[in-house]
Amino acid sequence: MPVIDAHDVVKTYGEVTAVDHVSFAVRSGESFGLLGPNGAGKSTTMRMIGGSTVRSGGSLTVAGLDPQTQGPQVRAMLGVVPQQDNLDTELTVRENLMVYGRYFGLPMSYVRPKTDELIAFAQLQDKANAKVDELSGGMKRRLTIARGLINEPKVLLLDEPTTGLDPQARHILWDRLFRLKEQGVTLVVTTHFMDEAEQLCDRLIVIDHGKIVAEGSPADLIQQYSSREVVELRFGSGRNAGVVDQLQPYAQRIEILPDRVLLYADDGEELLDQVRRAGLIPVTSLVRRSSLEDVFLRLTGRSLIE
Amino acid sequence: MSGRSSWLQANSSGRVWAVVERGFRAWKSGNWVVVMTGFFEPLLYLAAMGYGMGGLVGEVRGPGGVVMSYAGFIAPAMMATSAMNGAIYDSTWNVFFKMKIAKLYEVMLATSLGPLDVAIGEIVMALFRGFIYALGFTAVIAAMGLTHSWWALAMIPVALLIALGFAAFGMAVTSFFTRFQQMDVLQLALMPMFLFSATLVPLEVYPQVVQWFIMALPLWHGVELMRQLSIGVFTSWAWVHLAYFVVLSAAGIFFTTTRLRALFLK
Ligand SMILES: Nc1ncnc2c1ncn2[C@@H]1O[C@H](COP(=O)(O)OP(=O)(O)O)[C@@H](O)[C@H]1O
Ligand SMILES: [Mg+2]
Repeated sequence: MPVIDAHDVVKTYGEVTAVDHVSFAVRSGESFGLLGPNGAGKSTTMRMIGGSTVRSGGSLTVAGLDPQTQGPQVRAMLGVVPQQDNLDTELTVRENLMVYGRYFGLPMSYVRPKTDELIAFAQLQDKANAKVDELSGGMKRRLTIARGLINEPKVLLLDEPTTGLDPQARHILWDRLFRLKEQGVTLVVTTHFMDEAEQLCDRLIVIDHGKIVAEGSPADLIQQYSSREVVELRFGSGRNAGVVDQLQPYAQRIEILPDRVLLYADDGEELLDQVRRAGLIPVTSLVRRSSLEDVFLRLTGRSLIE
Repeated sequence: MSGRSSWLQANSSGRVWAVVERGFRAWKSGNWVVVMTGFFEPLLYLAAMGYGMGGLVGEVRGPGGVVMSYAGFIAPAMMATSAMNGAIYDSTWNVFFKMKIAKLYEVMLATSLGPLDVAIGEIVMALFRGFIYALGFTAVIAAMGLTHSWWALAMIPVALLIALGFAAFGMAVTSFFTRFQQMDVLQLALMPMFLFSATLVPLEVYPQVVQWFIMALPLWHGVELMRQLSIGVFTSWAWVHLAYFVVLSAAGIFFTTTRLRALFLK
């Protein structure tokens, strides 16, 4: 039985349909992703899983329970890391963890050692007695994640875990999340970063305007919706669109972005050679492997990050 | 019957204590100046009015026509006001901050706590502040010789009941606020209630219609009950005063729970 089972879930806010008949199932121990641009409905879906937003339609269960009617029981099994850090600024790092554990009704004899363990996990030993305001963005995020783990949840819900962090902080955080994955914690991650989705998710759904547009493992999705490699060419502003007709014969598919042209092919280097031989000399060129970004572009005609 | 128990189940996990525990930990970093102001303000009124005005006014007729010194007349009223102030401060400014800015209730409700646990826990914290005010105040007026009966000790739990009523109701009202300025408006409404609720002059000095209006407001009931306790003389109204606050408290807690649900579990 899946840990999370969603069927035709709908959420409307007045005229806006934030989540539009979404169905998916998350297996135990799996790392499941919701990839989509801002406003796709990712956070709304996460809040419905945690039972803090009421569905407008459809059914949803967590370990067989409906978060809407059995909220406290469902939340006892979940760790929730919301998009915005909402740590308790009146308390220290240590107190944030202990107090949160107490909200779940856990005894002090459990909470104390668990807090020490999580402070080490979040690499915040030096800041254990500091107030939250003294932490950097990456530290706050790690503390929020550690806090979500205090009740040893079956499922950890991570809403945009690394948005707003610098690259180094992101890598530290990813490393922590890998550890959790190894320990068998089920992760549900939303992100609008394709690299994050590729790094963290075993399987994901791509969402746009509240609807699922594709589902699969990152590798499957890339294979299904893109070529193996991509050549990015810049011909300088104004010229990009002009050369497209001439490029047409060489690529399986072409996408024109405001600042560059993307050519899809199985062998990027070879394609680049052909283009050069044809006398089309780009200002800059780059050959790379296809990513989920390309999948999204293919499916929606837009890029993930505008 | 089952309706009531499922209401409880949906709104509570019976873990009020966790919310209170968090409150005490946060107190350490609390704003002690504000806490102290709430305590000293009524004391200053008592000193300035009781002894300043007292010299001019002389004696006043209190509950059951008993003659009281002016200071003795206003002291229990100041204690009721102090209980109100503490409760209102906690349930408006503090609650507004936690509800809208720190998102504390959102966090609590994302755990297995229910809205009723959060409401009662926060109200208990407000009461604790009221309890300290009440203890201090009773000690001060007893030392000033303004209490005339052992009944005065009962002013402490009654101060808590008054605080409970105001805190429960204040929290529900605060849940509707969206801007800080709205709390100033509330303060503006509380000011005349403080001045006219038979705190500084007996109710009888006002025209009948005004009296009825005052008698509908909560503070008057608190003031009257406190005054009767301070001298140990009770009128048949004592039960009405008590019942007023019991109902206000129960309605406030129910109202607050419903609001928390509507705000954070929607
Ligand atoms: N509380 C709300 N009230 C009204 N509209 C909302 C609310 N929350 C989200 N929305 C709308 O629902 C859509 C999806 O939002 P969200 O789930 O936050 O997307 P994402 O997390 O993918 O960026 C957006 O159009 C957003 O404006
Ligand atoms: Mg979001």
